[in-house]
Amino acid sequence: MSSERQRPRRLRSAHSNLSAHGEPWVWLTAGSLALAIAMITGLLCFIAIRGAATFWPVPLELVELADGRKVLGEVTGRQTAVQPGRDAPEQAARRLVRTANFEFTGNHYEWIDESAITATTLPEWATAVDRLEGGRFHGFPLRLMHGEEVVAAGAEGVWEEFERIHPAARERFRAARSIDKHDRGVLQRRLRAARLDVVQAGLSSGLESPQRAESVKRESEVIAAVELEEKILDQKTASLRAQNAGWGVEFETPGGEKTILPLDSIVRAWQPNRLSLASKAQLYGARWGEFLADDPREANSAGGVFPAIWGTIAMTLIMAVFVAPFGVLAALYLREYATRGPVTAAVRIAINNLAGVPSIVYGAFGLGFFCYVLGAGIDGVFFRPSLIADNQPTFGTGGLLWASLTLALLTLPVVIVATEEALSAVPNSMREGSYACGASKWQTIRRIVLPRALPGIMTGLILAMARGAGEVAPLMLVGVKKIALDLPIDGTFPFVHPEREFMHLAYLIYDVGFQSPNSEAAKPMVFTITFLLVAIIALLNLTAIWIRSRLQRRYVAQQF
Amino acid sequence: MESEQTTMEATKKNGPGSGRTPDAGVEAGAADRLLAVAAGREVPSEVHEQVLRERPVLEVDRFNLWYGAKQALHNITMPIPHNHVTALVGPSGCGKSTLLRSVNRLNDLVPSARTTGTMRLNGDSIYDPRVDVIELRKRMGMVFQRPNPFPMSIYENVVYALRIDGEGNRGILDEVCEMSLRGAALWDEVKDRLKDSALGLSGGQQQRLCIARAIAAEPEVLLLDEPCSALDPIATGKVEDLIQELRGRYSVLIVTHNMQQASRTSDYTAFMYLGRLIEYGPTTEIFTKPILRETEAYVTGRFG
Repeated sequence: MSSERQRPRRLRSAHSNLSAHGEPWVWLTAGSLALAIAMITGLLCFIAIRGAATFWPVPLELVELADGRKVLGEVTGRQTAVQPGRDAPEQAARRLVRTANFEFTGNHYEWIDESAITATTLPEWATAVDRLEGGRFHGFPLRLMHGEEVVAAGAEGVWEEFERIHPAARERFRAARSIDKHDRGVLQRRLRAARLDVVQAGLSSGLESPQRAESVKRESEVIAAVELEEKILDQKTASLRAQNAGWGVEFETPGGEKTILPLDSIVRAWQPNRLSLASKAQLYGARWGEFLADDPREANSAGGVFPAIWGTIAMTLIMAVFVAPFGVLAALYLREYATRGPVTAAVRIAINNLAGVPSIVYGAFGLGFFCYVLGAGIDGVFFRPSLIADNQPTFGTGGLLWASLTLALLTLPVVIVATEEALSAVPNSMREGSYACGASKWQTIRRIVLPRALPGIMTGLILAMARGAGEVAPLMLVGVKKIALDLPIDGTFPFVHPEREFMHLAYLIYDVGFQSPNSEAAKPMVFTITFLLVAIIALLNLTAIWIRSRLQRRYVAQQF
Repeated sequence: MESEQTTMEATKKNGPGSGRTPDAGVEAGAADRLLAVAAGREVPSEVHEQVLRERPVLEVDRFNLWYGAKQALHNITMPIPHNHVTALVGPSGCGKSTLLRSVNRLNDLVPSARTTGTMRLNGDSIYDPRVDVIELRKRMGMVFQRPNPFPMSIYENVVYALRIDGEGNRGILDEVCEMSLRGAALWDEVKDRLKDSALGLSGGQQQRLCIARAIAAEPEVLLLDEPCSALDPIATGKVEDLIQELRGRYSVLIVTHNMQQASRTSDYTAFMYLGRLIEYGPTTEIFTKPILRETEAYVTGRFG
């Protein structure tokens, strides 16, 4: 007994080892985070660098080959390929040159073996031309022509004159095209509206009715007026085009062919080998400007992506407008009103599972329900004339509204789950305090619970927007098109056209990257579009985060 | 009648089951009531004459409450005197807070809670099925253990009760805000930052803000549920001073664990044990010459 008291048995070790301190766990957790950060930043940097580099002017190399052929172009890639030799495999270096001049070479790009190259030079007046059609042109300017008349000759003279007259010619071209695209479109819509009025009058009052006769009379008036206006437009465009007609720049290709490029078909021309850094930067900015503000051309592989930017932002915002109230209200009922029990638990599990349904299923649902049921119903009630006379659905096909609703459905679980968590994080003491003041349940929710939960709800909305803005698969079924230049908001009555089909950056990535006939030329565009999409999503999210942090400052300060 | 039967049944159920309590209390009678209570037997409450002579603002009448199968309050009958401070004391789990939360029917929020008996606020039944709970709660103010200011400005916190009634008159709101904050001894500290978030105040200020909020709507009875338990001694002192000032103007029912606080701030003290009212009388008598030895043991700290 006494000996036990003198030497008490040690139950606990006097030492501590590594696992007790938990250092390996710190390394493990830190390592996981580091890996995640490396992957994310790696991907973002890759996209950012490749995307930002697209519009930087690259030197044009004149490559002379052993067989006497000359090729002028940007070197876009080099690789060392292993070629099967007779005795042993040989290492052969080769470079990918963007030769352009498809009409002469039959190729946009060409692989050239280094061994076949005799000389590479950077000629000062090598010119790259972005054309409206036919892809890039590379050559040397010879003469500036107006019909048969030579206005300027010699590279330097031609260029001076070209830079003087080209902007005005382009401006006239744009004006003429804008008339064709927009003003004539407005006239066509007026004609169609008048025609549909006749159909409508026939439907509602009968074919022999005075109302129909009246609208037929109105239609003929509209036709006469439109014809008159069309004549005016014809004159305008004809005069604009006449001013541009005949102007052209004669170029010589490295192969020796001579060709005249019409002045107004030249979008932009530059001599990268001659440019200073400042003018390169200026050119870079101008090409970004075109990319952001212009319509696409050449099957989306050149020009701008303005309609797609518009479509992406509009769709994401409309989606947020739909999903936020729906999700918040659903979560409110589930968390605040519904009795806890097996039914609520089942509903909650079902909602969580919805987040795992493949997005194409939502697309199919959107097409089947929104377009073919809801849309067809709307068409049947409000757009019967169009349906009967033109056999053309208005809401009964894919469009911005249906796409937004489909994505709202897709992101609903995210918002509901986030909102529920935010609501359950509101301390019960606040609710009780409000009840004790004589507030009803709804007053408590509206004045205490919702404001307090708002930052958490915003987090859910941010996640939903990020998820929705990057979706492609469902959109392909419910309204995204390869080309849809008519924006859903424009100057024609009723100004907002949610039924219109639209373009979307994420779909554009798929289209340009995998559906383009000239995929090598489209590759840099894919990176640029991806970069832009990521930037837009980041911008939308930053805005939401900014709003959230303002709300947080207002409602959830530190307690002590 | 029915309530008594249920109580008896519950007593029978609990009685023989709790075997670890010695059965000595049967013969000892009043001498060892606490043991009797622990054994689940019915014991009468000792209510001093003086309490019954006061005009009551709130009458608790044979009130029982169950959480599921567990009975939390046993047959409580006590009047709460008008314009006085009444303290509820007793060891943890004795039902003080439950009783307090029953007064403004916050226990309605607990799905398993069930009551018999009744309470009357100035003669109006609280537990009548026809009573609108929201109307009822508007007649009372309540302050909780932890300060729970709402996530809004100090000003909006104070006038919250008026806001939910749709009061939009700036003049009235300003007046009520100032009066309430003065009443809660907080005006001088916050008058220059009424538009700031209430969450930026210190714990003690937050609790006084909650008192200001509770008195803003001129409640008929003010319920304080251990208002100082989450505060440091200095903040506690300020809140106690405030309760002293409220005395005589408001009818206050305060739950506290702190005997000094009960003796300092209250006019009447009720001692509760395991869901039953044991002794109830003027604070001075409860603390100096209580009828029951058990009460003396508790208030002097020899038990509980």
